[in-house]
Amino acid sequence: MRLIGFLMLLLPLLAQADWSAQDERRWRALNDELRCLVCQNQSIAESAAPLAEDLRAQTRQMIESGQSDKQIRQYMTARYGDFVLYRPPFKPTTWLLWVGPLLMLIFGAGLVWRMRRGVAQGAGRSAEQTHAEVERLLKDIDND
Amino acid sequence: MKRLVLAFPLLVLVVLIVALGRGLSLDPREVDSPLIGKPAPAFTLPLLSGDRLVNQDLFLGQVSLLNVWASWCVACRAEHGILNALSKQPDMHIYGLNYKDETIDAKRWLAERGNPYEATLRDYDGQVGIDWGVYGVPETFVVDKHGVIRAKRIGPLTWDYVNQELLPLLEQLKGEA
Repeated sequence: MRLIGFLMLLLPLLAQADWSAQDERRWRALNDELRCLVCQNQSIAESAAPLAEDLRAQTRQMIESGQSDKQIRQYMTARYGDFVLYRPPFKPTTWLLWVGPLLMLIFGAGLVWRMRRGVAQGAGRSAEQTHAEVERLLKDIDND
Repeated sequence: MKRLVLAFPLLVLVVLIVALGRGLSLDPREVDSPLIGKPAPAFTLPLLSGDRLVNQDLFLGQVSLLNVWASWCVACRAEHGILNALSKQPDMHIYGLNYKDETIDAKRWLAERGNPYEATLRDYDGQVGIDWGVYGVPETFVVDKHGVIRAKRIGPLTWDYVNQELLPLLEQLKGEA
């Protein structure tokens, strides 16, 4: 009787046996990347919504059954759309989202470059002008 | 040229105001379902009324509505009167998907508030809800004669939505071959 009781205590360990530390890391990383659609600014790892709980169980079960991260992401987007991914895929409707910041940077750099060049030229011109002006004044003095 | 450069920040500001202003008027809760235009996800579920099992073939040959509801869902109360009224219209087939609910609570709900559903499917663990991409009960799907999902309403039905979008769509789908 005692032996049976002891074996019963070991049962949960059996269930955990094929859940490795690596599986745990994958599971956590995936949950961090999936948006909870109930509370949209939280991932399913953070959210306490019942749906997030169900989806965490779903990703865990899919990892246990040997599915890849890609397959799990596909499973989620097939049901909830790209919106469920915090890291949206690169495609025609999202390219502006991905490339936008780089474009802004290039544009800003171009603007700064132009402005600096303008200042440099402006400064040069005014120095020459000042020079000419001074010479003209000096000549006037000489003439007097 | 110089004037154009000076006007540029103003131009950027105007574009930003227009874009962000539009963003304010959009509802982030309304996420387009990727299931629209696709066959209804397969399921096998018991009916609330008994232990008969039904599957997605339920929708074939008629235009149907699948309304996702639960007795714990407060917003479902708001739309229940609309569903009751709709169910009295001819050639209207409304099915219920009772989502993550207790049978006894669901039955009491229908007894108290009226039953607009031809049949209520019981999704006790919410697995079919996940397959259908349900995230905000109540939700209502429009399924055509071929069992293809054609529209999805997230949140409670309103008379505005029913009269301006739902009923015209149902008419259009009934007219399809």
